[in-house]
Amino acid sequence: MKYCGKIIVVLKEGVFDPQGVTICNALHTLGYGEVVGVKTGKFFEVMVEVESLELARKRIQEMCDQLLANPVIERYSFEVEVGK
Amino acid sequence: MRFGVVVFPGSNCDYDCYYVLSRVMQIDTVWLWHEDRDLRGCDCVVLPGGFSYGDYLRTGAIARFSPIMASIRKFVQEGGFVLGICNGFQILLESGLLPGALLPNRDGHFVCRYTYLKVENTDTPFTRLFSPGEVIRIPIAHHQGNFFMPFAELEELKKNRQIVFRYCGPHGEEDERFNPNGSLENVAGIASSDFRVLGMMPHPERASEAILGSQDGKKLFLSLITWLKENQGGRN
Repeated sequence: MKYCGKIIVVLKEGVFDPQGVTICNALHTLGYGEVVGVKTGKFFEVMVEVESLELARKRIQEMCDQLLANPVIERYSFEVEVGK
Repeated sequence: MRFGVVVFPGSNCDYDCYYVLSRVMQIDTVWLWHEDRDLRGCDCVVLPGGFSYGDYLRTGAIARFSPIMASIRKFVQEGGFVLGICNGFQILLESGLLPGALLPNRDGHFVCRYTYLKVENTDTPFTRLFSPGEVIRIPIAHHQGNFFMPFAELEELKKNRQIVFRYCGPHGEEDERFNPNGSLENVAGIASSDFRVLGMMPHPERASEAILGSQDGKKLFLSLITWLKENQGGRN
């Protein structure tokens, strides 16, 4: 079966995000005064072909731990869908 | 005694390192390709600056999986010396050979200029020729040199004297004004607990000849070379 892991990686709480601050300031300049914070992150779609949804979840979690996120500064979350 | 300079796809300070080691320091120096596994008897391996693998994903994140990094990991376990400069430092952190991480610079800019550094620990093979607290001038050129680690780990690093260089003012002032990138406590370079792996954002190879405006970086290479001479290579 084909599955698609949709992974979001963001900086951990307390880790300064200069891009987020810059974007927040730009939104204020545009007149969006209601913006009180912006966080940036990364989005990945990883397509896998394995026997079960359970295995797809396990493998994608391993990929996040080993490569897609740096545990010192980032945290991740993901969903796995049945792919086309 | 032999030094090796690793070339990753996207390294761009490799030739500067090679030139300083082979021509300025007159040391036998070899190129090491990222796909090599043989470190060719080197006593010290230099991971140079640049944009290995285009800085894809995170700086240094892909270079860490190069075949040569497996050999370097083994080399470190055996007591070999590794110097990571700029992107080389980023690779050492991603590989877990040094603790912490580097975030994008505080102000969101690429910063390319001379900085003053205070030598915080002179009891290392890399810094033994500097005087304690000496202020040196070495340039930086990076977009992602904002050193970060959790508080408890930083305390541990300080206790072990693993912080080797801090950004400072011309008279050694260690305050935020002289912090070019937002690094935690002005950290510019750190070492492993056995002081055989050093990672630093500033470029000593760009400050090794009078014509370039500073020779302070040369003292770092000379420190290690004299240490290696006195200790016959120094491998365990």
